[in-house]
Amino acid sequence: MENLQRLAEEAQEAIAVADNVAALDDVRVRYLGKKGSVTGLLKSLGKLSAEERPKAGAEINVVKQALQQAINDRKTTLEKIAIEQKLSSEKIDVTLPGRGDCPGGLHPVTRTLERIERFFAGVGFEVVEGPEIEDDYYNFEALNIPAHHPARAMHDTFYVDEKTVLRTHTSPVQVHVMEAEEPPIRVICPGRVYRCDSDLTHTPMFHQVEGLLIDTQVSFADLKGVVEEFLQEYFEQQLAVRFRPSYFPFTEPSAEVDIQCVMCAGKGCRVCSQTGWLEVMGCGMVHPKVFEYSKIDTEKYTGFAFGMGVERLAMLRYGVNDLRLFFDNDLRFLQQFN
Amino acid sequence: MKFSEQWLRQWVNPTVGTDELVEQLTMAGLEVEGTESVAAEFTQVVVGEIVQCEPHPDANKLSVCQVASDEDELLQVVCGAPNAAKGLKVPFAKIGAVLPGNFKIKKAKLRGVESFGMLCAEQELGLADSSDGLMSLPADAPVGEDIRSYLELDDSIIEVDLTPNRGDCLGISGLAREVGVLNRESVTTPDLGPIAATIDDTLPVEISANEDCARYVGRVIKNVDVSAPTPLWMVERLRRSGIRSIDPVVDVTNYVLFELGQPMHAFDLDQLQGGIVVRHATAGEKLTLLDGQELELSPDVLVIADHERALAMAGIMGGEHSGVTDATQHIFLESAFFAPEKIAGRARSYSLHTDSSHRFERGVDYLLQRPAVERATQLLLDIVGGEPGPVIEIEKSESLPERKLVVLRRARITQTLGLTIPDVEVEDILTRLGLAVTSITEGWQVEVPSYRFDIAIEADLFEELARIYGYNQLPVQPLQGSISLPSVQESKIGLPVLRQVLVTRGYQEAVTYSFVEPGLMALLEPDIEPVALTNPLSVDMSVMRTNLWPGLLSAARYNLNRQRNRVRMFETGLAFVTRDALEQESRIAGLVTGLRLSENWANPSQQIDFYDIKGDVEALLDLSKETHNIQFKVESHPALHPGQSARIYKGQEAIGWIGALHPSLQKKLDIEAPIFLFELLLDAVQSRNMPKFKELSKFPEVRRDLAILIDKDVDSSAICDIVREKAGDYLIDLILFDVYEGKGIDSKRKSIALGLTFQHQSRTLTEDEVNDAVEKVVSALQQAFDAALRN
Repeated sequence: MENLQRLAEEAQEAIAVADNVAALDDVRVRYLGKKGSVTGLLKSLGKLSAEERPKAGAEINVVKQALQQAINDRKTTLEKIAIEQKLSSEKIDVTLPGRGDCPGGLHPVTRTLERIERFFAGVGFEVVEGPEIEDDYYNFEALNIPAHHPARAMHDTFYVDEKTVLRTHTSPVQVHVMEAEEPPIRVICPGRVYRCDSDLTHTPMFHQVEGLLIDTQVSFADLKGVVEEFLQEYFEQQLAVRFRPSYFPFTEPSAEVDIQCVMCAGKGCRVCSQTGWLEVMGCGMVHPKVFEYSKIDTEKYTGFAFGMGVERLAMLRYGVNDLRLFFDNDLRFLQQFN
Repeated sequence: MKFSEQWLRQWVNPTVGTDELVEQLTMAGLEVEGTESVAAEFTQVVVGEIVQCEPHPDANKLSVCQVASDEDELLQVVCGAPNAAKGLKVPFAKIGAVLPGNFKIKKAKLRGVESFGMLCAEQELGLADSSDGLMSLPADAPVGEDIRSYLELDDSIIEVDLTPNRGDCLGISGLAREVGVLNRESVTTPDLGPIAATIDDTLPVEISANEDCARYVGRVIKNVDVSAPTPLWMVERLRRSGIRSIDPVVDVTNYVLFELGQPMHAFDLDQLQGGIVVRHATAGEKLTLLDGQELELSPDVLVIADHERALAMAGIMGGEHSGVTDATQHIFLESAFFAPEKIAGRARSYSLHTDSSHRFERGVDYLLQRPAVERATQLLLDIVGGEPGPVIEIEKSESLPERKLVVLRRARITQTLGLTIPDVEVEDILTRLGLAVTSITEGWQVEVPSYRFDIAIEADLFEELARIYGYNQLPVQPLQGSISLPSVQESKIGLPVLRQVLVTRGYQEAVTYSFVEPGLMALLEPDIEPVALTNPLSVDMSVMRTNLWPGLLSAARYNLNRQRNRVRMFETGLAFVTRDALEQESRIAGLVTGLRLSENWANPSQQIDFYDIKGDVEALLDLSKETHNIQFKVESHPALHPGQSARIYKGQEAIGWIGALHPSLQKKLDIEAPIFLFELLLDAVQSRNMPKFKELSKFPEVRRDLAILIDKDVDSSAICDIVREKAGDYLIDLILFDVYEGKGIDSKRKSIALGLTFQHQSRTLTEDEVNDAVEKVVSALQQAFDAALRN
């Protein structure tokens, strides 16, 4: 049995140095396979006497089991090493940027408009659009601005011909709506408007949103409520809002709306010309003449309208300091709003 | 309008400071644009008189003056001004005075001569930006009086930006009325009573344009002294209103305009032939205005004429020929009422805008003409003397505005303002505003004063009540009323969704001007005549776009010129197309150029091609769930590459274009990389089909792949059409998964690989059925296009 002992040691040695699963399997075949040397010893048991056989057999089996155990252990170890090697060879630079492309984005005017539309859609206002080349009638006359009215001078109108203009405000959409629908009416009218004016603070095209609400019991208090709530929601701040008497031919009473300056919190700065207030909207109760033009019963219905400049609101919200940037379409500007 | 606060305070003087006054005006709807001090801060400057002036013994540019002031004795002052002379009255800064810029006046010695103070120029007191000598004060300036009080320098210039409805506030009297109402203070009016005539001279006046001029008041004043100086106080008030002093007669008419709001004119009586006629211009009649420009008048212009010719554009500007000059001895004063609607627009049509036209357009108090003449007469007699004749007044009463009576209903006040104002308060506010109030059952009958052209209906009175009550004192109410659920049209795709598809695909939204350069527009769409503006800001922005590409191309060029090598942009908006009539179509358009994917270690550096932008367009069109109905047809567009462009159809309707910008246009626009464009009608891509459920088949799908060789110029859509037609009812899917041209294939041919998937709804298809279908497809392709199966 010296032979067995030597064989066991030799096999243990071979298991220990096997450095991969295949080599280990070779070792297994060599010692424990059908033709393996340990298996051979077992086969040779027949040559022993019946008295010697059980003892020898038991000894060989102990060796065999020990070797099998050693092989299994070694295999686990080798597999673990192999996985570790595979993992480490598969390591990549996860800090490299990903494949493909980033999304683009909406123009800040659209971003602002979509937000405004969502506020009003939430309380039942329908979004309506209208033509941009507009009849003089809709742009002026039906809004109580007859020919030669001094208010026309405030509009710097682009003309296509004597009776056709580029709309100077989104208010004509109101008229189209009032002609087409019976009250109650709740609409907002966003869109492009045009004024023949171009300098640091004016572009010949810009955007407005007009709102109109007509019902049987609408008062100036409702108008104040909507406007105040909208401005506070838009700026996400409980900022002070004030109403100043003003004049628009299509509303009476009319008001300009100021908010506490969002740049300096009302302390006074360059943006608000040191007044602490920023003019952001015009509004008022719909003028009875406007109702008459559109054949709405002035005894039964009252209504209010408000209008605001979208670029102005976007500039205040995002701190843009030059109106003209909105129309240069410089990607470096546009991408700031993605 | 600019005005002096002190002038206003002479009419009404509430106990509020400048800041509060300004706040009151703004919050009453008379928006204050700004205020500025009349003079800089300084102290201890008095009226001084140079009683003796000798040359300095040691300096030939200096003089040594003895100055009388409020001190007991004469003070010696060394002065360098060239106009220092005996008898001159000047501002004198005494020892201890502090001038603007914290400049302290101390006792000094100049070239050995002691000097006790400083004689001042306007600039040194902050009254002017530059001066060339001492400020010369009028001879009657009281020696020793503090200069600030003498010149009324503790004053602010307030500028109000009046809305067009408040013509009544275009004078101190109107502003004072308003301030009086706001502060419950009474207003002091100067004496506007009649000045008795001392001579009998009159001038015949005739109004032939009755509707335009309802009242004309005139007066002859003889023997005036136009060389008399305008008094300092008047010059100062006019200056603070932004008006330069011209001569005493013109100054008085201007003063009355700013004081009462009544524009006036003074003629040189000797230049008037026969009498005054108020009439329309005759066609082609010429008139040289005060400012020297000669106009040819159209017949709708109202003129003031004598019996020979037009003298003035009524209510707008006087003529050169009949104006007051140095030589004038006798004058004729005019104060008229012109109907606002007859004056409005006239000045503008001649590019004129004057203080006079500004007021007449907005409405001048139609009872003010005679008082204004009396006021002007009084001022003229005080300043230039003369003998006034009787006042001449011609009135066309039928053309005068009617006295307006407006019914104000109690209930409507509450309904409109959301607040019940007690009756006494309503009456108080209206009365203070000068409205005559009579109680009636449902509220009041209100008589509107002649100066309030803006009050005509009940709503105007709501505004007056709200304004005086205070807009910010009115209640605030959160939105209320019944709201029903909004309609959510499932068959309509909202614009935000379409925009988001493009944004997700890397597009940046642009907003470009709707007016474009006509040359570029013509290159892009030569067959459509664009709508042109009659008054564009510049040629670059003179026609309305007929498609959305000019703006996108200009924006792309802008960015390419700024080292952006990859541009993906889209825009939505109207295109203005005249077919039978003008149509304003909503469209969505896009432009791409440069790399397919942004530059990145992992992205292949490939230039974009037609199929990239086609994929984007298909992504938009896929939303409609009508892909089977969409076709890209080979058609040519003048702006697009003839071999890389297609017109897009939805059914029979052409809904857009896609393609590469024509290389010759690309060159003209000086763009290096190829540009790809698309444009779609928004209506066509915003509608979608409702999903409709179809039973799922439980039976297996069978797929067959075909590789065919076919002539290169056969379009894939034609091949697919035939396959669909011939493959029978059980074809459920067709894909074209490979296109190959080149090595191993006839140079006129291409290889197309098709994947056909078959499935039956209620049973398993047999091998024969599928083979049969495939055979039909192959033979049809052979027949139609000489296609061959590829081995």
